[in-house]
Parts: sequence; C-alpha cells; structure tokens
Amino acid sequence: MTPEIRRVANVILLMFLSLFIAASAMQVVNADSLNNDSRNQRAVFDGYKTQRGAILVDNNPIAESNSSNDAYHFLRKYTGEQYSAITGFYSLYQGRTGLENYLDNSLRGDNSAQFFEQLNALFSGNPVTGASVELSIDEKVQQVAWDALGNNKGAVIAMDPTTGRIIALVSKPGFDANLLSTHNTADASANYKKLLTRKDAPLINRAIGGDLYAPGSVFKLVVASAAFESGKYTPQSTLPNPRKYTLPGTKTTITNSGESNCGGAPKVSIATALKLSCNIPFAQLGIALGQDAIAAQAKKFGFGETVTIPMKSTPSVYPTGMDDSQTGLSSFGQFDVRVSPLQMVMVASAIANDGIQMQPYLVDQIFTSNLTLLQQTKPTEIRRSISTSTAESVKKMMIAAVASGVSSNARIPGVEVAGKTGTAENGVGEPYTLWFTGFAPAKNPKVAIAVVVENGGGFGQSGRGNSVAAPIAKKVMQAVLGK
Amino acid sequence: MAKPKRVRVMPAKRNLELIMLLFTFGVYAFALAQVQLATIQVLNPEAWFFWSVPVVLALGFHFLLRLKASDADPLLLPIGFFLNSLGIVMIYRLDLAKPMADLDRTVGQRQVIWMAVAMLIAGAILWGIKNHLSLRKYIYISMAVGALLLVLPLLPVIGKTVSGAHLWVNLGPLSFQPGELAKIALTIFFAGYLTSRRESLAVVGRKVLGIRIPPARELGPIAFIWLASLAVLVLQRDLGTSLLYFGLFLVLIYVATARAFYVFVGLIMFVSGAVIASKFMSYVGGRLDGWLDPLNDANYSAVGGSYQIVQSMFGLAHGGLFGTGLGGGLPQIVPLANSDFIVSAIGEELGLVGIFAVLAMYLLLVARALRVANAHSDDFSKLLAVGLGFVIALQVFIVIGGVFRVVPLTGLTTPLLAAGGSSLVANWIIIALLLRLSDTLPKAGTVN
Repeated sequence: MTPEIRRVANVILLMFLSLFIAASAMQVVNADSLNNDSRNQRAVFDGYKTQRGAILVDNNPIAESNSSNDAYHFLRKYTGEQYSAITGFYSLYQGRTGLENYLDNSLRGDNSAQFFEQLNALFSGNPVTGASVELSIDEKVQQVAWDALGNNKGAVIAMDPTTGRIIALVSKPGFDANLLSTHNTADASANYKKLLTRKDAPLINRAIGGDLYAPGSVFKLVVASAAFESGKYTPQSTLPNPRKYTLPGTKTTITNSGESNCGGAPKVSIATALKLSCNIPFAQLGIALGQDAIAAQAKKFGFGETVTIPMKSTPSVYPTGMDDSQTGLSSFGQFDVRVSPLQMVMVASAIANDGIQMQPYLVDQIFTSNLTLLQQTKPTEIRRSISTSTAESVKKMMIAAVASGVSSNARIPGVEVAGKTGTAENGVGEPYTLWFTGFAPAKNPKVAIAVVVENGGGFGQSGRGNSVAAPIAKKVMQAVLGK
Repeated sequence: MAKPKRVRVMPAKRNLELIMLLFTFGVYAFALAQVQLATIQVLNPEAWFFWSVPVVLALGFHFLLRLKASDADPLLLPIGFFLNSLGIVMIYRLDLAKPMADLDRTVGQRQVIWMAVAMLIAGAILWGIKNHLSLRKYIYISMAVGALLLVLPLLPVIGKTVSGAHLWVNLGPLSFQPGELAKIALTIFFAGYLTSRRESLAVVGRKVLGIRIPPARELGPIAFIWLASLAVLVLQRDLGTSLLYFGLFLVLIYVATARAFYVFVGLIMFVSGAVIASKFMSYVGGRLDGWLDPLNDANYSAVGGSYQIVQSMFGLAHGGLFGTGLGGGLPQIVPLANSDFIVSAIGEELGLVGIFAVLAMYLLLVARALRVANAHSDDFSKLLAVGLGFVIALQVFIVIGGVFRVVPLTGLTTPLLAAGGSSLVANWIIIALLLRLSDTLPKAGTVN
C-alpha cells in the first residue's frame, strides 16, 4: 500500500499547490484590477478611514476633512465655488474629480514618498494621515478672476510665463462641492443628478478642456509664429489687402471683422494685420504657408497633447487633411480649430518667455501632517516653441495690438501689455465665443493670461473679445501686478 | 510476531507538544488583544473568556494524552488548537464589526462553547477507545449510522434548507449538519469494508481494450457508492458533499487495491453523473456561471449569482500580501464571512501570508495522517489513517478552492475554522482518532 499512499500524497500536494497559486493570483496578481472595480465598496470606506489631507491656497484650506460623527469618521468640506474647477469633488458614491482625483494617493497618504509612514502604520496599526497640498494659486487673483467673469460662462487661467506656476484658474459656473461630499447618499445623488443635467454644465472644467472652443483671432498668434519660423516672412512682409476675398476653389467670400478695410492700403504688413486683426491677409498667409507648416508650429505650442497640471487637459486640435479654403478659414481660428484656455495661455507664455514653453503646474508643495516636505515642484521646460527672434517679433505685434490696435481694452496705465483678442463665430445665428490672451509687463512678463467667455458675453453676435474678454483679463493682470 | 515489550520512557513527544501549545496560546492571546484594540479600541475582560476556556481545554486534553496516549503525534493537538483558535478570533472579530445589518453578535461565544463540547467528545473518544482496531467490529454499524446521518436532513420537520442545499437538521434550538459526522462513520466503514474485500477487488479479470476489468460482481459496491453520491447530489443539492464522499471512497479503494482502474472509472462515472444531474437542476447552472465569470454584471446581479464570491474577491484583493491587520479590514461586507467565507476574512486581514500559513497548517495535519498511515503495518489502520487525512485534505480543497475559484462554491464547512458546532465536533473527533492511531504505531522499542 505504501506506493499508493505516496501517490495519494502527491495528489494532495497538487491540490494544495493549486490553492497556493489561486490565492496568489487573487490576492497579488489581480489585486489591482479588483481594487479598482467600481463595485468595490472597500476603496470608498478605506478612503474615509484616514484623515484626508487638505488642499491649501495661501495656507488657507479650500478643501479639508473634519471629524464627523458617523461611520465615515471624516466629512470633506469645501470653501467656495470659485475653487470647484480646481478641487473637483470627493464623494462617497459619485467618485472624485479634479485634484481630489489626481492627487488622491497623496491626499489619502498612499504616496510612495510616505513609505516609512506606511511601514510605521503597518506595525503600529495607526493609519497614515493624508498629505496636504499647497497650491500655486494666489487667493486674491483667483477671487478677482472669479468676480471679473461676473455672470458669464467661461474661464480664466493666469500663470507665470517664466515658471509655469498657475496663479488663477477659474471656470464658471462653478458648483458647491459640499453638495456632493455629504454622507447623505440620497442627497448627494440627487444633487449630482441636478448638477449633471443643468444646461450650463457646471461640472465641466472650462479652463482645461472638457469642451474646447473655436479660438478665432487668437489663433493668428500661431500662424504668425509659423510664418516667422519659416524664414520666409518678417513682420514687415506684406500681403494683398482686398476688401473681399474669395476662398480658393469655392464661391465663399470672406471679409475682415466688421468689414473693415484693414488700414485701406492695397498691401498690408503682417504686423498691421495682427494689430488690426484682419482675417483676409491671414487667410492668404495661411494658405501660402500651407497647413503642414501651421500644424507643425501648433504642435510645438502643445496642440494635440494632454497637459497634466496634475488634472489632465483635453488636447487642443488643429485639423488635418484640409483643402486650401479650409486652411484659409483655420488661419484665423475658424473651421475646426479647437483650443482650451490652458492651451492659449501656454502659447502666450511661450511668446512671453522668449520662446521657451514651461510646464504649467498647480501644486507648489506636498507635505505630511507633521509638515515634512514630500514634494516641491520645480519649474521645468517643456520645449522651445519658437526662436527668440520670432518671440520678439510676435511680442512687438501684440504690444501694438493693445497699445494702438483692436485689443485696446486690456491697456493698463503705466504697464506695457501684450495681447490679442479673438471673436470666434460658432455658426449661423450662434453667439460668438470671446477671447483674450496676452501677458504683462511685456518686457519682463510676470503674468500670462487666457480668458474665454461663452455665449457672446450675453451680447450674442455683437459681443467682441475686446469689449468683453479684454477687460476681464485687464483686471486679473492688474491684480497680479498690484496696479 | 511478538511485539517488543513497551517501555514507558520520558514522554518527549508530550513535552514537545506542550511547548508548541504554549506558543499557540501566546499567539491566540495577542490575536484577541489585537482584535479588541482594532475594533473597540479598548481591552475588554471578555477576552479572558475567549482565551481561558480553550486554553484550559487544550491543557486538559494535553494531560489526557500524557495519561492515555503518551506516544501520540505531538503536532496534531497544537495544529488543531491553532486553527480552531484562529477561527474563533476571526468570528469574534466579525461579531465586533460595526454591523452591516442586524447580525447575531454571539457567534464567537457559541463557537467557544462548541469547541469545548467538541474537545470533550474527542477526549471521551480518546479515553474510551484504547485501540482503534476495535472499530473494525463496528463497520456495518458505521455504515448504517453514516447512511442515517446522510438521510436526516431530507426528513420532514427536522430537515432544514440553507441557500438551496439540504444539509441541515433542526434539533430544538440547535441546528446540525449531520453530513460532517457521516464522513467519519463512512471512513470507518470504507476502511473496514475494503480491508476485508481488497483481495477480491484486486483480482485481475478480463482484459478489454488493454485495460484489466475486475469481475462484474465486484463492481457492485462501487456502483452502489456512485448511486449514493449522486443521490446526495440530487436530493441534498450539494456538489461538495457528494464529491467529498465519492472522492474519499475512490482514494481508499485505490489505496486498498492499487488499481488505478477504479479511479478512472469512478471519476468518469461521477463527472458524467454530475453533468447529467446538472442539466435537470437549474441552481447548478447558476453556480457554474458565477464560478466561471463572477465579475460579469449579469451574474453579479442575478439572484443567487456571484455577488458573494465577488465581495470575497474584493476583500482578498484588499488584503493583498500582508493583509489589513486583524480588525483593519471590512470582512463583514462578505455575506456568511464567519462560516462559508471565513477564509476570505482571514485573507483580507492577514493577507496572502496568513492564507499560506493556514494552508500550511492543513497540509501539515494531512501529512501527519499520511505518515501514520505509512507507519502502520495493518491494512485497516492504514486505510483509516489515509481516509481521515484525505477527507480533511479534500474538504479543505473544495471549500478553500471554492473561495479562490479553483472549483465552484459548495456548502461544505472549512475544517476547524468555520463557525458551526457539527463541523468542530467532527473534526476534533478526527484529530482524536488520528492521535489514537499515532499512539498505537508498532514500536521498535524506543521512542523516535
């Protein structure tokens, strides 16, 4: 019987071996996908077991976790709607968005930088306290930007062009994140449904995408940059300046904004065309450059890329496969060109920063509950978008646009402002999308800005970038410069 | 052959056993303290009850062994105590968990009482049965008792259905799973029956297609057991129980006759029988779907679908390699976490390392049983020890394999860990029998 018993022993060993393997597969190999399953309540409960770190602006919490007398121990509290586009929300059953989502690991103390704390927690049984996050946002500027937008739908994003530090990021309408962080699940889910179905879509972060906008004339900065980078054009290069222009291969005629004569001369320089924001010269310039050259320049400015700030932006789009007429339309930011305000502030910043594009960021520091610094953001270059000379040329044209051109409402007494307005059409009868992007002071830039206002700022097709968006940008830049 | 005269020497094995027991007592005390500190944040005198009753019982059992079976295997009692006390820790921890619903909060206390009952019965058996060979006289009584126990849950009035399976009887306020005791009675019966019939069963018959077929009349018993197993499957509606008895029989007939033929034919018969039976029983199909694709939304939300196993999978993944620590996880989310899914609770809080430790304990327990089987010289003792060891191994495989999705979920209990009296009584009796078997090993005059 002995050999038979040995064979039975081998069978038993195999049975146990299969258990060892299956257990390892479930608890280690497949653990991540199981932990991330949306039906898994444990992640939700887990998140409330530790005191989540705060999100701070100038040392004041804009999101923090306070003790609550219920099964979840901590309730997330938010200060105001002006920060909703930054914090996002942290909810029991609706999940999380914004920084609450992208910094979740740090906020709940599960960051690899907190390894020793976690090790300590493993042995002591005391849960790790979440790390807190200090943002680059300036409280005053953020408030000014929020107020300046008024009742408009739109977004403002301001950053330091030399470092990429984001000083203000506003998307309007905002929402009260406390409505979603409540532990009363019936309330939270009703509130969520309400926010989700509201026509003005407060849950969309207009500053970094979600929806993209037609840029209109602010896109001329990209086309002008492409022209100078090609080496074939300078700001003084001239283009034919007819009152009406028929797009090649079509019967469609275009005019300049307001059917202006763009200075009235038979030929107009690129500098004047940008200053007065004339569409016809730029359509011709774009066609002459070709869509490939413009696409290449757009890509160098970051089109087609997701930017992590650490929220993820929606990539801006320069269309491909256009015919000449479409290239012409796209050269003044119409047709299917679509951008986010973040993208435009990155374009303005590169021009301001001698052609070098900096990585935009929202988080200055991450530190533990006992104030040990875990992470300090250092400014990093993304790339050189344009040469120094191109940056200088475009900058000069932008200064002229504000000082003596059609972007005049961004003028600040005593400060040289560089800027470009945009008034994008959205189809027959639709209200315009209004833009301003620029920077100040022009010679020693402290702030670059992009402002977008939807729905013509309430003025339908009579709203203009210069009348609606430029004054908002002016107020924000003034707040930064203290003027 | 005359046995050498037995000499009582210093009971080294008992001393070894005592040292290991003291270790398990210490681990048990730490675990209870950890559970209280993690769940109710204070040490509560209740822990004394949970600790002292099992510890006194184990020490009593230990001294009984010194008196009545001083040469018995020194590992069996510590392993049994370790697994049983770990089960109590986990059950108590689930009692203390913030209740997800109106749950019974005294399961842990009752488990301690049941452990006492089980160890007292096991002690009485050890005391009463001086030599297991005397069990050979009762093999047909064992068969009758085993059959009766299997039929009990099907009887009206006392029979009780739990999640579709008819495995329970109600005795006043207590409910009992007689199948647990039946496995012991049937092991004794199989061992005795096969000892007397192994010669004729092993007879070489005609050769068909290169395979030697035993004479037809010898296939009678295997056909009978096969039908009985299928009857259990169909009537009690539990694949696990049915597989346990049939697997036990196949292994014992294989060890007795050395004929792999029985295993092949038996497995083919069982699988085909089970497949045919499943065609006629809707609940089997649902169980299979839930097993093969538990994360599928349709299976997850189906009534009797994969909700439970998926919750258990989430818990196990949550535990990961090292676990959340006792009291740190949320094992109470899994339905029946203290019985059918106690392994899932252990895996969540003690991690994969905890699961490995538990599996290693079972493996060691089974290995000791097989070692005893090898060392005995008579057929009955060998078969009895293999049978008792294998029945634990197979049950562990079916239950824990169900949790880890190696096999479909069934209604068997996790030996020594799961909440439930009948299971504890049955498994402590098995340990008592293994202790007795190991004490009566033929000796070469010295203690090895």
